[in-house]
Amino acid sequence: MNSSSMMALLPILMLSLTVVVLMIQASIKRDQSIAWMITGIGFLVSLWAAGYARGFTQTVTVLLSVDDWGLYFTTLVLLASVVTLVLSKDTFSPEGERKEEFYLLLVLSVLGAVVLIQSTHMVSLLLGMELMGVALYAMIAFPERGQLPLEAAIKYLVLSACASAMLLYGFALLYAATGDLSYAGIGTKAILAYAQNPVLVISGTVLVLAGICFKLSLVPFHMWTPDVYEGAPTPVTGFLATVSKGAVFVALARFFIEGQLYQYSSLIGVLSMVAIASMMIGNLLALKQNNVKRLLAYSSIAHFGYLLVVLIALAYQDGPLVNEAITFYLGAYILTTLLAFSVVATIAGEEEEKNDIIFFEGLFWRKRIQAVGLTVAMLSFAGIPLTAGFMGKFYIISVGIQSGLWWLLAALVMGSAIAIYYYLRIIFAMSKASKISSDSPTQAQDLLVIVLVAMVIMLGSWPQPFIEIAGRL
Amino acid sequence: MIMINLILILLAGGLLAMVSERLGKNVPRIVALGIVLIDLVYLLSQLSGMSDLTQLQAPIPSDPGTWLMHFKAEWIPAFGISLELALDGISLLMVTLTLVLGAIAVSASWTDIKIRRGFFEANLLWTLAGVLGVFMALDLFLFFLFWEVMLIPMYFMIAIWGHENRGYAAMKFFIFTQVSGLLMLISILALVSVNQSATGQWSFSYFDLLGTPMTEKIAHWLMLGFFIAFVVKLPAFPFHTWLPDAHTQAPTAGSVILAGILLKTGAYGLIRFAVPLFPEAAMDFSYVAMVLGAAGIIYGAVLAFGQTDFKRLIAYSSVSHMGFVLLGVYAWNELALQGAVMQMVAHGFSTAALFMIAGALQERLHTRELREMGGLWQHMPRMGAVAMFFVLASLGLPGLGNFVAEFLVLLGLFQVDPWMTAVAALGLIAGAVYSLMLMQRSFHGEPNPKLTEMGLVDFGTREMITMVVMVLALIGLGIYPQPVLDMAQPVLQSLLEVTP
Repeated sequence: MNSSSMMALLPILMLSLTVVVLMIQASIKRDQSIAWMITGIGFLVSLWAAGYARGFTQTVTVLLSVDDWGLYFTTLVLLASVVTLVLSKDTFSPEGERKEEFYLLLVLSVLGAVVLIQSTHMVSLLLGMELMGVALYAMIAFPERGQLPLEAAIKYLVLSACASAMLLYGFALLYAATGDLSYAGIGTKAILAYAQNPVLVISGTVLVLAGICFKLSLVPFHMWTPDVYEGAPTPVTGFLATVSKGAVFVALARFFIEGQLYQYSSLIGVLSMVAIASMMIGNLLALKQNNVKRLLAYSSIAHFGYLLVVLIALAYQDGPLVNEAITFYLGAYILTTLLAFSVVATIAGEEEEKNDIIFFEGLFWRKRIQAVGLTVAMLSFAGIPLTAGFMGKFYIISVGIQSGLWWLLAALVMGSAIAIYYYLRIIFAMSKASKISSDSPTQAQDLLVIVLVAMVIMLGSWPQPFIEIAGRL
Repeated sequence: MIMINLILILLAGGLLAMVSERLGKNVPRIVALGIVLIDLVYLLSQLSGMSDLTQLQAPIPSDPGTWLMHFKAEWIPAFGISLELALDGISLLMVTLTLVLGAIAVSASWTDIKIRRGFFEANLLWTLAGVLGVFMALDLFLFFLFWEVMLIPMYFMIAIWGHENRGYAAMKFFIFTQVSGLLMLISILALVSVNQSATGQWSFSYFDLLGTPMTEKIAHWLMLGFFIAFVVKLPAFPFHTWLPDAHTQAPTAGSVILAGILLKTGAYGLIRFAVPLFPEAAMDFSYVAMVLGAAGIIYGAVLAFGQTDFKRLIAYSSVSHMGFVLLGVYAWNELALQGAVMQMVAHGFSTAALFMIAGALQERLHTRELREMGGLWQHMPRMGAVAMFFVLASLGLPGLGNFVAEFLVLLGLFQVDPWMTAVAALGLIAGAVYSLMLMQRSFHGEPNPKLTEMGLVDFGTREMITMVVMVLALIGLGIYPQPVLDMAQPVLQSLLEVTP
């Protein structure tokens, strides 16, 4: 471990340092606004470190690989964490309640996500996923009042534990088959092992994939999603939907690409079924939801179904286009989701019943900026041109066409057709006349929404600079 | 730059109209009217500097230099996407029609929009901007962008200012167009992908994609993607079910724009993209398309006859009239195509006027139900006379624009398929039946005492000016259609050369 590899690990080190500082601060003076400040500074320094580390890209031990692609997602995850932090300041600081542990958990969870993004080995995969997950259980259950958060946290905990067990069992089987735990090692040795004992290799990878699919809430592992999305405090839901899911998908992509899983046609078949089922079931179940958070939960199931198309396409082509597609779609998805949850957090606050679509009626005439923000988010989710979501869909369809995945594209078209209905429902509700009155959002909340709207529109209407960056990764 | 400016004026004008509401409740409508007229004057002033428009040379589809105007700037070079706009005779006709009907639409909504006028006029102007983009974009990515984006302001117009069942209608309208648009997007991307594997370069330019070599099977599927998107918008039977709801529920200006302009984007797309990009596949498919066209004429007319809602009746008559356009396009000879283009223009005026009358009646009577009307001529003679004129135009009275259009389509179609012509001609008879029934039930007959007590106000000066513009346009098109035919002729001729 020399100094240059320390530089490469700088984002992780900075986040760890923030954790230590937060713990020391808690032992000296318990004050949640100071903790908030420290966390914010920690994230900003880590953001800088993620940029700085680009000069030192390398493989650090067998566990982690710091490359441009990983650093890009690290940056994205940190940005999402900053947004979560801004949103949680208002939600979590009622007078007289000490909630500084929340920020500690947040930083720990981000640390887990960054490790997950850079992992190239089963051990770091599990380490990152568990660190992120364990911190999240506590974050979901954080508001002491109310049963929903507790129920959501327990549900997530129990099902996560099952998923981790599957993951570990999968590791064991793969180790038995190949004698290696690094992605690349599995990739080269699994082909030989497959020739000798195909069942062992396939069942091992399927178990690992099942564990990962659970975190991504892909059908049939999606049962927890709506309840957890609904029960968790809105900023945490946003965090779960962006940071947690994004990091896990990056890990999946690395495992899939470096482990050369795309050459097993049976796996591709399984993934295709998962993708089609996610697009269909996610979108169909979203139709009937009246709670905006539940609706977004189902829509996220469908979106990760779309994203799977890109991985499946790897079986038929090895183009830079696939990497670009993942980079762009995940970026667009994270930004759009952050935008949606910022608005929901501002409008609904902590009161669960206010997440109902009725409370969004007439938003255009009450809180114009917030309403425009949610409209842009919905249009971006639906893939209307000039928004980031459209360019994402553009990539996925291009990749799908070049690989000839016509069935998956048909499912994508049908899924999108269903999805328009519930996205438009929210927009329509906001355009209705309504007499609901509510307090106006602060300037900080409006500013956040404006910045996110600008980014979503920018990515969709002038994507060239971003495409160039994505192409170089 | 001229074409970009045309769009930018409307986009910026929309913002201006929205902001101007602060100055007063009625300021936005004046601003909106001013903006549309400025745009129109700007277009005409730029054209007057050009060579004689009646003697256009035939633009060669694959050579942008021969077009009336052409503009290209890089946008997303990574995928070969550029801001490419071009104008030829047909686009010019459509752009002019859009702006004229745009001004009429602003006038149509002069008094009936009571709330949030600024936002309303902004949506109206943005829809017009999107439609102009559709008529001028020749980069397929850009075309798709305008195609989708123009839906959003239109959606808001129906969803916010529409009538009793507006939510359902707006949703249906959006979903139909968006889903069919997605099929077109897949077709566009597949076409580009085929072209890319042949030439090694990404390009969305119409000029590069024309004549892309591909197998018959692929061409057939890709053509279907475009075809479905365009016939949903047109709309052709059996994809028309969104139209009666959207037209009926939209506010008057929305109906005027929908029927007058938005439907024409579908017809334009067929002429410009669906056939020339896949000539062989389109010609193989033409019989099916013509059957759909003929079926639409008869089906629309029969359903129109069964309606008792003033606006719904006109909406179904649009389905019937658009059947002629589909027939004209897929007969694919010069006469029929001329007829289709003529129908696009003439139907734009006649339907817009009828929707305005429907809107004016609704504003005065608070109902669109024909059973409650009757004898209105006695109270509103000016409106009655105007309505009589447009009903006659709509049923194809010789001497007016619609007659020229339908006659040309039938003439051209006869060379291709006499039996189909016979079926389509039945639509003219049915058209006469439902049009006259509309007139009889609303303006003739016994007056309904309940309505006449309300003190009905006849058309005022503003309304009469708007109507006279459209009356003159239709008479002009009917008596001396040559300028329009001349403008379209070279374009159509060069398009005909593309196909085998």
